[in-house]
Amino acid sequence: MILQNVVWTVWLIGAALIALGFIFVIVQAGKPADAGAGEKSVHTSHVLQGWLFAVLLVAFFVGSWATLHRFPLPPQHRPLDAAQVVEVVGRQWSWQITPATVQNNSVVEFRVTSDDVNHGFAIYAPDGRIVTQTQAMPGYTNKLLYRFEQPGTYTVQCLEYCGLGHAPMKTTLEVVAAKGE
Amino acid sequence: MASLTMYPDNERLAGGERAVFNLYLISAVALFVLMMLLGLTMRMTQATWLGLPPDMFYKFLSMHGAGMVGTAVMATTAVMWFFLRKYVRLHLWAFVTNYVLFLLGALCIIYAVFVGGYAGLWTFLYPLPTHSAGLWTPNAAALFMVGYLLIGVGELIFYLDAAAGIIKVYGNLGRALGLPWLFGGKLDPDHPKTVVASTSMIIANSLGILAGAVVLVMSLINIFYPQVALDALFTKTLIYWFGHMYINAAIYMGVIAIYELLPRYTHKPYPLSRVFLWGWAATTLFVIIVFPHHLLMDYAEPHWFLIMGQIVSWTSGLPVVVVTAMGAFTNLYRANMRWTMPSRLLVLSLFGWIAGGFGAVLDSTIQINLVMHNTQWVPGHFHFYLLLGVLAMALAVMYHVIGSHVNQPPNTGLDRVGFPVYLVGGLIFVVSFLDAGHLSVPRRMAEHLPAWTGTDKLASVGAILVVLAMLYFALRISVGLLRRPASGGAAASRGGVGAADAAG
Repeated sequence: MILQNVVWTVWLIGAALIALGFIFVIVQAGKPADAGAGEKSVHTSHVLQGWLFAVLLVAFFVGSWATLHRFPLPPQHRPLDAAQVVEVVGRQWSWQITPATVQNNSVVEFRVTSDDVNHGFAIYAPDGRIVTQTQAMPGYTNKLLYRFEQPGTYTVQCLEYCGLGHAPMKTTLEVVAAKGE
Repeated sequence: MASLTMYPDNERLAGGERAVFNLYLISAVALFVLMMLLGLTMRMTQATWLGLPPDMFYKFLSMHGAGMVGTAVMATTAVMWFFLRKYVRLHLWAFVTNYVLFLLGALCIIYAVFVGGYAGLWTFLYPLPTHSAGLWTPNAAALFMVGYLLIGVGELIFYLDAAAGIIKVYGNLGRALGLPWLFGGKLDPDHPKTVVASTSMIIANSLGILAGAVVLVMSLINIFYPQVALDALFTKTLIYWFGHMYINAAIYMGVIAIYELLPRYTHKPYPLSRVFLWGWAATTLFVIIVFPHHLLMDYAEPHWFLIMGQIVSWTSGLPVVVVTAMGAFTNLYRANMRWTMPSRLLVLSLFGWIAGGFGAVLDSTIQINLVMHNTQWVPGHFHFYLLLGVLAMALAVMYHVIGSHVNQPPNTGLDRVGFPVYLVGGLIFVVSFLDAGHLSVPRRMAEHLPAWTGTDKLASVGAILVVLAMLYFALRISVGLLRRPASGGAAASRGGVGAADAAG
């Protein structure tokens, strides 16, 4: 499943729940309670507050473990031993990618840097969705690992504003089927 | 505890205070409209309905970003000043100095962009200011940065004056934050939430402004002495530390409006609690250390630092939801609410803050950031909580103040039309941004592919509605502020409930 679709769905559901909570409270806001009912609702609210805190805390721990137990970024200070290595240099306003063809289904290490200002090295799949990215920064080399799962022509697009030629700063990357596929 | 009196006497403005406060608010609404027009022009260009050339687009983008953030902080500074002066002594000269330095800074920025051609965005990421490829001169970049410095110094003077006033009354900033009551002791129910929130932002944003001053001076030195090279990662880290705290301050100074005004419109007490103090103690820390979520794609940063960015971003949502939202919900539930413009805007602001914040929390997850960073998801979530959150908070206070001039909460027929236009337009606008992020449309681009223009067009329609509503709000608020306050207000204000009822 495409990650962007998951995020979009999660946000839509979350925003809908938040909106429902507001609608419920707004509808109730014009129905004044007498003193007894008022005290009871304050007590109920405190209990709900405790439960909400507990639920969010559990979500925090579960979510953090699920998204971080396998850290999504590769180590930067030791060799990565990837089967393929691609050197990437960004400069106003072009990309130098060597080699510009990689094989499908084997890990590629992108070594990304910049000759001048900050750029964003983003790889778009043939369907127009971003599959991964890192920053291209002068004086630093960011190492990015990615395994392509579909052959095709991918687009490398600058995603960090870098001046007048930022939007057209793009090139292509060919992903070919591995031998035997 | 905040007063339930609708228009208490100690909030009434007179003479110089009123003049300066009006200057803040009228300047703010005028700037908001102008900056929105820039934003609308950019969205319509992306939608191919207008043909702004790329060089002008990026100038507009630089002006829009710096202008909106600066104006949001200016407006919410006025909110903080308006309420905090009831509890501690604030010197008018500090408030005036902040305004004058803001205007001078704004003029520098406007000149740098529209005369000097500066188009390096609000982020002025090193070394872009000196690599313009002929689009702007180094002097224009320097003037832009001097403008920032002036605005930052003005805000810092205001904070220092506020800190001095708070320390005079409460002894030290820790006591003002309520730290001695975190683990026990008898809570003072009259300890003002405004003082807690103000103290929190004085601490956090003063640090942010100092970080900004350091990186601005470093960048200025580099402009005039290019042989003094900077570290691109270090400067970027400082810029986002400063930038994040600065815009966070707008939210957390603005939320004072909810604490002060909501109970007056619900006619229900909104008492201080230990949970509230825990929430703000945590918020103070979180605002200071949450910024690494801007740097998740800078793999060269230490990985513990990036993990901290994700974890603190997630946890910083807890005080917002558990403390402020639940507190406000409790206050609203079964209340004697009569809906008028201030109360509508207050509730909208809470919704905008939470729903927009949820989008921000998702994007601060490293795995998600890998595919969402620098897409339109980012302006989607921050426009959500700035447009429908912070601006709504500031507008609620402005509407409340113009209501105080006639001792009746504003609620004309045009107000009742303007509000849904703003709400619907705002929702269309921000959800279009988020949808574009979901479709991998990049942010900050003058030219869009044909496949991306669908969300641009929808966002433009939403933005037109927002601009129309905001234009009306700006005129209504400006005229209302300039109207002479009704005499005998004190007697009428004591019957705040009656005043609200009459409006309903």
